[in-house]
Amino acid sequence: MSAADLVAGDIRTPWSEFWRKFRKQKAALVSAAFLVLLTLAAILAPLIAPFDPAAPDYEHVLEAPTRLHWAGTDEFGRDIFSRILHGAGISLSVGLASVTIGSLIGVTLGLLAGFFGGWVDRIAMRLCDVLLAFPGIVLAIGIVAALGPGVTNVVWAVAIFSIPVFARLARGSTLTLKQAVYVDAARTIGVRDGVLMMRHILPGALPAAIVYFSMRFGTSILTAAGLSFIGLGAQPPTPEWGAMLSAGRSYIGVADHVTFYPGAAIFLTVLAFNLMGDGLRDALDPKLR
Amino acid sequence: MLSYLARRLLGIVPILLVVALLVFAFVHMRPGDPARLVAGADASEADVQAVRAQLGLDQPLWLQYAIYVGNLLTGDLGMSLKARRPVIAEIGERFMPTFWLTLLSMGWATLAGLVIGVASAVRRGRWQDYVGMVGAVSGIAMPSFWLGLLLIDLFAVRLGWLPSNGYGTAAHYVLPSLTLGVGVAAVMARFTRSAVIDIAREDYVRTARAKGVFERMVIWKHVMRNALIPIITMVGLQFGYLLGGSIIVETVFGWPGMGRLLIDSVSYRDYPVIQAEILIFSLEFIVINLIVDVLYAFVNPEVRFQ
Repeated sequence: MSAADLVAGDIRTPWSEFWRKFRKQKAALVSAAFLVLLTLAAILAPLIAPFDPAAPDYEHVLEAPTRLHWAGTDEFGRDIFSRILHGAGISLSVGLASVTIGSLIGVTLGLLAGFFGGWVDRIAMRLCDVLLAFPGIVLAIGIVAALGPGVTNVVWAVAIFSIPVFARLARGSTLTLKQAVYVDAARTIGVRDGVLMMRHILPGALPAAIVYFSMRFGTSILTAAGLSFIGLGAQPPTPEWGAMLSAGRSYIGVADHVTFYPGAAIFLTVLAFNLMGDGLRDALDPKLR
Repeated sequence: MLSYLARRLLGIVPILLVVALLVFAFVHMRPGDPARLVAGADASEADVQAVRAQLGLDQPLWLQYAIYVGNLLTGDLGMSLKARRPVIAEIGERFMPTFWLTLLSMGWATLAGLVIGVASAVRRGRWQDYVGMVGAVSGIAMPSFWLGLLLIDLFAVRLGWLPSNGYGTAAHYVLPSLTLGVGVAAVMARFTRSAVIDIAREDYVRTARAKGVFERMVIWKHVMRNALIPIITMVGLQFGYLLGGSIIVETVFGWPGMGRLLIDSVSYRDYPVIQAEILIFSLEFIVINLIVDVLYAFVNPEVRFQ
């Protein structure tokens, strides 16, 4: 081992430190790999899907899985495996969009509330109390009922009920970090409020927010699929997983594969996001539970 | 204790008012004219005007809100557009089936979660812990609508042991409450495990062991009593999850409860019913959280004096 290797090995960037800890979490690592594969499959779905997800084939209706149709066919003879591949893109984008919107608004709100305190804090926290006064899915159903069914409105509905979770989390971190000596020092030399928040406090509040981001991703996918299942989200013939399950309900006991595979896809994806969240938590912020 | 209770009760009044405001705003937020919706698509302009005056929609918004809150206080939730009868009567029929389903699910799920959580914590790192936690992690990620369909397939269609649909006998409760409770049992098991492990590290537990108290006694008297405090809070939070979950589970099993009514009303655009449903769901949730906070203050005197 040369001297240069030794020095390079000793330098611990936040990233290398994170990777060193995350690598030890086997379940999280496998989950992350699964999610990377799923994302690739979702992006490449038009190229790699063996069949057209919308093309009916009335000579092969409700067929059990074969070598040709890996997950069988549905009531219109459409290939379920191809539909699941195409549906992956919908579920992942709904999850990504809603959690991104929810976390951006929530973290901003929490940061402002924690930093300025006073009436800003009171208003922001009362707003969160009100949002938390509705059980999550009831709020989502209300929003979709007002805006109309569809994927875009589901994204907003799920985003809005993620806001208070992120706001409370960011507020907590900000309150602690505001007291830190380095923040005090920066304030003393005349650093402006905006810079204090963005450069000195936000980075400290991020690890906890990232952990929640992964966990909420799973919850969002589950909620969005649930809304589609009860007919408020993606509408048929969209190959959305929850909508596929809902359409296949009538064939329970006749053709179980129609509901089994889309359900398994939701379950595995949500499981992967939760396990990755657990691993991120242990690697980034052992204090969280 | 009494003053704490009074303070908490007063504290929910503003939240209820804002919740009512949101639910009220909900009718005005959606596209389209509510008066035309009630009058019907082919009603004449004069008819729509008449309906508007009859519903008070020509009044200023703040007055409409005040009237709305006043009506709520007297139990007047409006008329169902679909059933053409008072919303309160519609919901009255649906309330108890959901109430019993939720309570039963919460009961078995909490018990199962506690047992699995304690067993996993006590046998930490052994196979019991492993099996318990793999089960819990899977239970949390399980879509209830999928689990419900799998259970129907196995127990109703293949084995024919239990009904897949409907309401009435005890057998009808088994599959829906199993489906609804799994997620809560899983969360409770994980949470109980870490609460027990945390408390077991405390000095007083070590002292109890050191002075020769039996292990069973240490777990139940010293550890569990203290672990119960965070667990009670968790039960309250999970109730909200269960209320929401019941909506989907009722759809899967054709359960004649509040959730089914909500979904039916959304597809029919029966706005008075939707408003009332959302209001009652959040009222239930607020009341449950209040009960939990009071229980919490009861077992943990520190809270009362803050």
